[in-house]
Amino acid sequence: MSDEKNKFENPDYAKRTVIGPDGKSFVVDPMQDYFLDARPKVYEPVSIPVVEKFLNWARSESLWVLGFGTGCGSIEIPPLMTPRFDAFRFGVQSRATPRQSNVFIISGYLSIKTLKRVVRSYEQMQNPKYVLALGSCTINGGMYFDSYNTINRLDHYIPVDVYVAGCMPRPEALLAGFNKLKSLIREGKAENGNKYVKDFDWYKANQKKIIKDWNMPDYNW
Amino acid sequence: MNTLIDRLAKLFSISDVVHQRPNLAFVTTPMENTIHLITHLRDRESFSLFVMLSCVDWIEDNQFQLTYVLNNPTEKIDVGIRCFINRDSATMESAHYLWKQVATYQRELKEMYGIDFPGSPRVDESFILEGWDNIPPMRRDFDTKKYSEETFFPRERPQSNDPAQYMKSKLYPDE
Repeated sequence: MSDEKNKFENPDYAKRTVIGPDGKSFVVDPMQDYFLDARPKVYEPVSIPVVEKFLNWARSESLWVLGFGTGCGSIEIPPLMTPRFDAFRFGVQSRATPRQSNVFIISGYLSIKTLKRVVRSYEQMQNPKYVLALGSCTINGGMYFDSYNTINRLDHYIPVDVYVAGCMPRPEALLAGFNKLKSLIREGKAENGNKYVKDFDWYKANQKKIIKDWNMPDYNW
Repeated sequence: MNTLIDRLAKLFSISDVVHQRPNLAFVTTPMENTIHLITHLRDRESFSLFVMLSCVDWIEDNQFQLTYVLNNPTEKIDVGIRCFINRDSATMESAHYLWKQVATYQRELKEMYGIDFPGSPRVDESFILEGWDNIPPMRRDFDTKKYSEETFFPRERPQSNDPAQYMKSKLYPDE
């Protein structure tokens, strides 16, 4: 039994009635109060096409990458962000937390344990959000296609905007992927945040099929 | 190294001595003796560094082979101590009190091979597989490809041709 599971079964987190300083009693349910488990909502585009086009242009120029390296591909990120390849000239910057970023680079193979953290992080990102899948492992499992512990197809668990093929793709390929993502955003085709909302039940069923100790809320906001 | 093996042979029942390199040898010992031998090596022969603990699944012989590798930093020699345990009731005496890090190895072996080490700290907690509900995955009777195909939505692969047959059919269609 994992520590995390113990934490969630801790009696301190159980639902209970508390009497406040003013003498009134109220119900406290920490697991509900700490997490918002309401279903996600569709991010509606602006009704005026010109404005939406302008917004898409603006979005394509503000790509903030979540600094979460999942596999061997994360070693490609430091040269990408530093002077040699300098992704900053394409308007790509990295950010430490999911709530402040909108691009998720899945850099290589994903074990089930990591997928659980990836799902949580992806759901915490704000809605015009994009996923860049790196390497053949995210496409069909790559060299780990028969592993007991790594997933084969990323697009069954979170929607993917751009695949960058290779094992490993070099930083140039990643820059080409960013340019492809930018053109998709400008054309208004990068709507995968909404796709996740529309096919929410399908994604959740796939995720729950392999994450056996599901001890988190269904949606992490 | 030879004098060390001779000294050990006088005290313990060791067999199958393999001199891998001038500074590395493997010995096999019964599982009841293993921890005694390791303790002796640590305390009397100054093998103070624990290198690793690994396991091999000999499914044909219905046995697991455990290998404890120890290092002597002053003389710069390594000794591997092998022992065989029964595969059906896979239980081994814990060595966590000799070196703290042994507990982590034992925890991994519990998860990957299902070998129990009673008394080892946190040995029953999941190590890297969270919520695993199948037979331990590193056992050789676990079919990892079948499990992967049933679980992970394999992508249908493109048809591929044997190049020799394909070129033959293209170049010499009549044959």
